[in-house]
Amino acid sequence: MNLHDLGGADGDAAGGRAVEPGSGSVPVARTAVELAGVAKTYRRRGVETHALASVDLAIREGEFLAIVGPSGCGKSTRLRLVAGLHLASAGEVRIGGRVVDRPQTALGIVFQSPVLLDWRDALDNVLVQVELRGLDPSAYRERALELLDQVGLRDFADRYPHELSGGMRQRVAIARALIHDAPLLLMDEPFGALDALTREQMRLDLEALWLATRKTVLFITHSVDEAVLLADRVVVMTPRPGRIERVLDIGIARPRGLAARRDAAFAEATQQITDLFLARGVLHGAGRTGVSR
Amino acid sequence: MNTPARSTAIVEWLRRRGSAIAVFALLILVWEVGVRVAGVKEYLLPPPSKVWTEFWKRHELVMAGAWVTTQEILAGYALAVVVSIPLAMWIAWSRFMEQAVYPVIVFLQIVPKIAIAPLFIIWFGFGFTPKLLLVFLLSFFPIVVASIAGFKGADRDIMDFARTTGAGGLRLFVKIRLPQALPQVFTGLKVGAALAATAAVVAEFVASDRGLGYLLLQYNGQLETPMVFATIVLLSLIGLAVYYAVEVVERLAIPWHVSQQHTAHDATM
Ligand SMILES: Nc1ncnc2c1ncn2[C@@H]1O[C@H](COP(=O)(O)OP(=O)(O)OP(=O)(O)O)[C@@H](O)[C@H]1O
Ligand SMILES: [Mg+2]
Repeated sequence: MNLHDLGGADGDAAGGRAVEPGSGSVPVARTAVELAGVAKTYRRRGVETHALASVDLAIREGEFLAIVGPSGCGKSTRLRLVAGLHLASAGEVRIGGRVVDRPQTALGIVFQSPVLLDWRDALDNVLVQVELRGLDPSAYRERALELLDQVGLRDFADRYPHELSGGMRQRVAIARALIHDAPLLLMDEPFGALDALTREQMRLDLEALWLATRKTVLFITHSVDEAVLLADRVVVMTPRPGRIERVLDIGIARPRGLAARRDAAFAEATQQITDLFLARGVLHGAGRTGVSR
Repeated sequence: MNTPARSTAIVEWLRRRGSAIAVFALLILVWEVGVRVAGVKEYLLPPPSKVWTEFWKRHELVMAGAWVTTQEILAGYALAVVVSIPLAMWIAWSRFMEQAVYPVIVFLQIVPKIAIAPLFIIWFGFGFTPKLLLVFLLSFFPIVVASIAGFKGADRDIMDFARTTGAGGLRLFVKIRLPQALPQVFTGLKVGAALAATAAVVAEFVASDRGLGYLLLQYNGQLETPMVFATIVLLSLIGLAVYYAVEVVERLAIPWHVSQQHTAHDATM
């Protein structure tokens, strides 16, 4: 799980690939998560907030799907709807064909902030996932240590959250989302609070983890670069109430590593998304061109 | 065996507390010298040395009174802890309790509890019971209010995470709700502990024939000011001991929280 495992090797291979449907690496496109006409309106003290307009979207099994959109467009709302933490005001969310009408447990979730338990060290914070599921944590100890090793925290298993940096905490949270090996991973701006360098490292680590496990991933971010670098498909949202503006297939070969930033497809996709945001007035870049951020 | 280790610990303690101790010693010294030089009358402000000698002459009587007061404090405080924490849990979990009982508690909290002390005398007489009840009453509210906040104030994201594990009931309580509530519970426990000594003394003021509050009034009436001071110091020490005991328990129960505060503190220094 290091930079040198992932970088360099395939810089050129990806260059020639045009944007084509699907990532090419997902052989069968069975639907894992389906949103059919899903809308969400929050009501609070008589005030209605239309967080999410009617949305249709299918996430394929084994797919890495990213959602980008302006703040407040309902990205987190969508993630909570998929997890069954909120219920849709209209339409249906289905996971593996079953309607989501309660909190789902066959998934791992990572929030924007690490959401660790202050009273547990890193290892026990990973294990709480299995403990809360009524499983025997001692049976998962090895695996938890392995995961901590994979996210670069081998020597920090006995540290408490307040002894870890923001990036380390978020890595613990990611390990916690993986320990029970759920088929679906939901990530809500997991790197949002990190500095640029840590963020890049986390992106590389996440890609490698994903390549090793091929889980279905719903990844929310406000970073256009991050979405394009990580995802098989990027869903671009409009401002609130969020609708789907466009879905882009990202055909950059994997592993993408560091080299993908030099890929023509990367430049093209980020440019396209930036233009969409410019057209919507989400970005005001008059006179400037080029990729956001 | 571990003399070197212990002596370095003492040195370390002195280094940290040294300045506070020095200031305290200086205050006492200024008091002692100032009173003597200025010739202040003893019944107005006795020098510390006089307080000590007077106390030592009558220490058996005073210590007996201190024991009575200590018992009132401990019993009332223990009762408050035993009642308020389960009640706080109940209010935090039950919608009915929250809607029906919590507002009442918030209202009663506003009532100046000390004003109720005379009533307790009418109801329960001069003995141990009214003191215990006043200590209970004063300690109860801070503990129950802080604990309710602790048990209800579960972090939304943590609870959402927990819901995706399907955990419920006892498991959720033991692994998430209880530990995350403990810091606030202990905040309440410490406030309650600080109030317990005050409550016991006030109850003894109102009506009693023993205890430090009773002695304090006696000495005051006879203008035995050195003994008044001695009694006040003793009361403070009892209050401090109770408070410190709670803090020790806190350190044992939630070391993660305490050390977290310390790191934050170190960082700002
Ligand atoms: N629990 C709630 N009650 C009421 N309104 C809510 C609630 N949660 C979100 N909203 C509203 O719904 C809208 C979408 O919120 P959401 O958190 O989904 O946005 P987001 O796209 O994740 O934004 P960000 O990028 O800033 O995280 C916002 O206008 C927000 O105010
Ligand atoms: Mg959000």
